[in-house]
Amino acid sequence: MSKLSKTSAVPDMVPEPRRPDDAPPQFLSVRDLKVHFPTDDGVVKSVDGLSFDLEKGKTLGIVGESGSGKSVTSLSILGLHRTGSRSRNARISGEIWLDGEELLSADAARVRELRGQKMAMIFQDPLTAMHPYFSVGQQIIEAYRVHHPEAGKKEARKRTIEMLDRVGIPQPDRRVDDHPHQFSGGMRQRAMIAMALVNDPSLLIADEPTTALDVTVQAQILDLIRDLQKEFGSAVIIITHDLGVVAELADDILVMYGGKCIEKGSAEAIFERPEHPYTWGLLGSMPRLDRERADRLNPVKGSPPSLINVPSGCAFHPRCPYADLTEGASRTVVPVLSEVGSRHFAACHLGQADRERIWTEEIAPNL
Amino acid sequence: MTDTVSEGKDIQDNVGATEPLLKVSGLVKHFPINKGLLRRQVGAVRAVDGLDFQVMPGETLGVVGESGCGKSTMGRLITRLLEPTGGKVEFEGRDITHLGTSAMRPMRRDVQMIFQDPYSSLNPRHTVGTIVSAPFRLQKVETEHGTKKAVQDLLELVGLSPEHYNRYPHEFSGGQRQRIGIARALALKPKLVVADEPVSALDVSIQAQVVNLLDDLQSELGLTYVIIAHDLSVIRHVSDRIAVMYLGKIVEIADRESLYGKPMHPYTNALMSAVPVPDPKRRTQRKRILLTGDVPSPISPPSGCRFHTRCWKATEVCKTTEPPLVALRTGHQVACHHPENAPE
Repeated sequence: MSKLSKTSAVPDMVPEPRRPDDAPPQFLSVRDLKVHFPTDDGVVKSVDGLSFDLEKGKTLGIVGESGSGKSVTSLSILGLHRTGSRSRNARISGEIWLDGEELLSADAARVRELRGQKMAMIFQDPLTAMHPYFSVGQQIIEAYRVHHPEAGKKEARKRTIEMLDRVGIPQPDRRVDDHPHQFSGGMRQRAMIAMALVNDPSLLIADEPTTALDVTVQAQILDLIRDLQKEFGSAVIIITHDLGVVAELADDILVMYGGKCIEKGSAEAIFERPEHPYTWGLLGSMPRLDRERADRLNPVKGSPPSLINVPSGCAFHPRCPYADLTEGASRTVVPVLSEVGSRHFAACHLGQADRERIWTEEIAPNL
Repeated sequence: MTDTVSEGKDIQDNVGATEPLLKVSGLVKHFPINKGLLRRQVGAVRAVDGLDFQVMPGETLGVVGESGCGKSTMGRLITRLLEPTGGKVEFEGRDITHLGTSAMRPMRRDVQMIFQDPYSSLNPRHTVGTIVSAPFRLQKVETEHGTKKAVQDLLELVGLSPEHYNRYPHEFSGGQRQRIGIARALALKPKLVVADEPVSALDVSIQAQVVNLLDDLQSELGLTYVIIAHDLSVIRHVSDRIAVMYLGKIVEIADRESLYGKPMHPYTNALMSAVPVPDPKRRTQRKRILLTGDVPSPISPPSGCRFHTRCWKATEVCKTTEPPLVALRTGHQVACHHPENAPE
């Protein structure tokens, strides 16, 4: 596969804004993000105070189930919830700093410049994310030319074919003119990755990129994402509910529940020594090929919470087998993320001694 | 397995439990492709192209494979939601392959299906009570204390509250809807339950609940399951024996220990090595077999062994001759000219 040249031949049309003095040093820094949707039934608190950082060249895995707020987080980073003046749309607060620039207060034109260029997204289902009427080539060319208006058609097409080749699509000079439905699932996802990477984004967000794919194709796509990250040095956020996928790709993991982060740390720490009952539950409820077959799975009882009527105190308390050990705090007080290990944080009222005991006696032997 | 079967279940006419409950021979289903003004058949999607297998009473057969392998079509063929183009399906020794609607009707009490999508498999305009009582109505079954009581008992059996009788599907979560589908499938105490991807549409924490429920119900009611899924970890957990399908054919069938311990078909090997393992330390250690390309189309499957286009072991014979499904002494069956882990 050809090595791609970076598109630095043409200078930026708009100069980069000056980095303010109070900008955080990390490449991506999300601070206390809240995304609430007012509806007839009440306010849906999809994301309710999320903070995390990410450096270039690293991968963050955001893990959670339906309604945990993980997809809304990624859409907010890309500015896809921005409203005009309508009051019924999302209410967003907090800060999202990308390379020293705050995105939530930036104006729409600036965010549009960045979207697809500095930050790009791979969506879950390429069949619905790509336009069925236009060829894959036309769509990638469009993504390229929107951010490089001075580039000619020939140059854009050459770049597109280069990109399709890089993501492993055979005969790219022929397939560039095919429509999305003419590709198989795995090839379509590769085409979408090509579209996301055509402008060398520094931040790549992959929202459930392999959920719709067969397992052998999933393995190819995960390998591809890993290789491309090494080659381009981008920061990658991978959003998934699949703990296997996140173990394959992520350096750090953030576990979301009920719109909040309930645990975050390095991938090793989260898998080897998780410190939150929900994470214990997730790890314990999966059948695993790399362990002896368990006679019975240990599911987390109950269902994910409503985001309109989020349970009081700790959102997980109705499902938590250890809520009684907190002397009522889980029911009334929202736990804050506190350090439980080196760069490892958990939001839980259980005392250190209780957590250690439960881990050694109950959880670890059954994992 | 025989212990579970003798508890509270009568096996009609069969001596002991040695007769298979379901026997499939040479099962074929081709969907015609019609083109042109006169709608002439120009080709066919060879979804299922010659399957042979049996299911014994009380066991769980897991069927695993990727998109286009024909596993869902196979599920619909054995429940006779589709009529086979060729081959034979025998249930309790009786040939049901080409039975008409009225002849099939009494059989439908014994063979039931749980569908994949909990959102589209329940009629949104019917209450839970109507949905779960439909089997009683359609089969004209009288119950001891009335249908409503029977339905409420079923709801409790699957972990729902009897008060949910008057609610509509949209008021429930995915996992609860799947439980409603299970209650409906069990209403007439079937002998065989075919579950097509019963947990793939559910969140991880709910999947485990439903898997445990299916397990419990099997012990309590002496059910026989055919579970179709693509998730190898779930299949290993629920199945006694597993059949691996590829492009309309079975490439390997074995009991759970043999299949996961010593898989013989290269495709099975590749499938297992592709499953991401939730252990970041194993990331660099694992030797992953990466298959090239995607699954070929079932409209024109490759000649000879269908897997040869993606197989790293393929030789000339693989391109020309289709390997038959051959059984070893252990009962492990594999269709390959160059099987791995083969005992000498």
